[in-house]
Amino acid sequence: MQTKSEKIMNVLVNAIIIIFCIICIVPFVMLVSISLSDESSIQTGYSILIRNFSLDAYKFVFQNPTQILNAYKITAIITFLGTVLGVVFMAMAAYCLSMKDCRFRNPFSFYLFFTMLFSGGMVPSYILITRTLGLGNTIWALILPSLISPWYIFLLRTFFAGIPYSLYEATRIDGAGQLTIFFRVYIPLSKPALATVALMVMLTKWNEWYSVLLYITDEKLMTLQYLLQRIMKNLELVETYAKQGGSSVSLDNVKIPSETVRMAMAVVVAGPMLLVFPFFQKYFTRGMTIGAVKG
Amino acid sequence: MCRTLPRRRKSIWMDGTMEFALLALPAFILVFIFCYIPMGGAIIAFKDYKYDTGILGSAWVGFKNFEFFFQSNDAWRITRNTLGMNALFIVVGTIFDVGFALMLYEIKQKWRIKTYQTIMLFPHFISWVIVGYMVYAFLNPSIGFVNVTLQKLGIEPISWYSEPKYWPAILTFAYIWKHVGMNLIIYYAALMGIDQQQFEAARIDGASRIKQIWYISIPSIRSTIIILTILAIGKIFRADFGMFYQLTRDVGQLYPTTDVIDTYIYRSLLSLGDIGMSSAVGLFQSFVGFILIITTNTIVKKIEEESALF
Repeated sequence: MQTKSEKIMNVLVNAIIIIFCIICIVPFVMLVSISLSDESSIQTGYSILIRNFSLDAYKFVFQNPTQILNAYKITAIITFLGTVLGVVFMAMAAYCLSMKDCRFRNPFSFYLFFTMLFSGGMVPSYILITRTLGLGNTIWALILPSLISPWYIFLLRTFFAGIPYSLYEATRIDGAGQLTIFFRVYIPLSKPALATVALMVMLTKWNEWYSVLLYITDEKLMTLQYLLQRIMKNLELVETYAKQGGSSVSLDNVKIPSETVRMAMAVVVAGPMLLVFPFFQKYFTRGMTIGAVKG
Repeated sequence: MCRTLPRRRKSIWMDGTMEFALLALPAFILVFIFCYIPMGGAIIAFKDYKYDTGILGSAWVGFKNFEFFFQSNDAWRITRNTLGMNALFIVVGTIFDVGFALMLYEIKQKWRIKTYQTIMLFPHFISWVIVGYMVYAFLNPSIGFVNVTLQKLGIEPISWYSEPKYWPAILTFAYIWKHVGMNLIIYYAALMGIDQQQFEAARIDGASRIKQIWYISIPSIRSTIIILTILAIGKIFRADFGMFYQLTRDVGQLYPTTDVIDTYIYRSLLSLGDIGMSSAVGLFQSFVGFILIITTNTIVKKIEEESALF
């Protein structure tokens, strides 16, 4: 039986969380509403609800989608390569760390762990990547430097360590080599952990703009998020992008719906992932709770 | 006479060391190139870097780059902002994370918990770039939602992007908004581990729910709170570049409260091209950060051995 004070508390707790949930959602609703509103009615102020429904902004974005499509392509490539290569390499390293038979296990662990404590900083990395390696303005600058994250390696190691050692011994006695054991036993057994890491890597890759800011000036190599932040900084770019290609001649004399177009672009960029990721919520939750991460 | 044969040493192929090495190789090389070489390159902070001679060929200048930085007014400002804002995030963030974890724990209907958690995780999936757009939609000086509302209420609108004093609050709000859903998970998981019998016993003794929270729930996650806070303090010298750069739109007028070490390094490197100064600041940050992590880890180790990072 609930007492009266418990009932009050129940209502109160739910109310507070619901209010916070609304605060979480309102900005998303606002982006969508602005993008679906008529430009002229926005001039008096943004609102949470749609004002004079209009698809002009989206028409505008998709009328000349070369820039956006190209950014989609680049983002897809770095997300795919970054996730696949990253997860495979990190799982391989994590396997070595979790095996007692691996002779260099401890020094290797320290080797990886030390990078979490100390870094050379942004300037030496910048000079290395742009000058020494000449990776500036190549897609590799967006993939290679961030491919290995010691944090995920330790997370995977914790998971591998949970796989019964007797299984390893049994396969070993049967004459299997380490590569076979890794690919045929450990990988199939750790799909959930691999999925968790893959999703977390995917999310950061999809949201990548920082390395573009540092290493890329070529418009053909810009990611979605970077394109977006560029437009935010420089309103006129909306018009430049729109006018490229010349197919929008008819629009040249019309006032460009820049405010709504900006928000429409934000929706186009953020939308797909927002629809996909919540379905994988449990993997993110698991990633946070997979256990102590130790060096 | 019989000569004993020299015992054959197990070859490194036989015991799998070569295979392990093969597996570890890609990670080893990548970490070496992109982490260890830059660590060596950090000596650039003690040099007068010239593009044509490279890091090794440039002349040593001792601590000149550091002197230059510490004598400027910027040193105090960016250090204060970095420490201050991060401290604010740690304190307010922890209160919200723990608060929401406790509240979620009080809810018994599964579908509610799931719905709330899903919604609160939403902001985690977008980049600071998009959050920047959202902040702009609210704070745009002429047509932003906040100013329009203020005007309707007859209050003088505020030009948000030129008033540094409001930004510590705005950024803290954004931080909470984006991270609470993810950060509360650890506390919630810790709460899930509490033995239900404790609550039953308390209920039989007539303890109210508030009392149960105060005497059972909070004490059982106390060590988690302490450990996570200490670990966060270890990282207090690093600011989230994306947040400070995107939400403020890098507006110069806001620097008094929003310019942090990370944004400062970026600006002196790419906008001003001042390699000496930016590398000195970077090394200063790495060095202090290193000491902080070592110190905080030692403290954690004393409190709870198994929660220490190393």
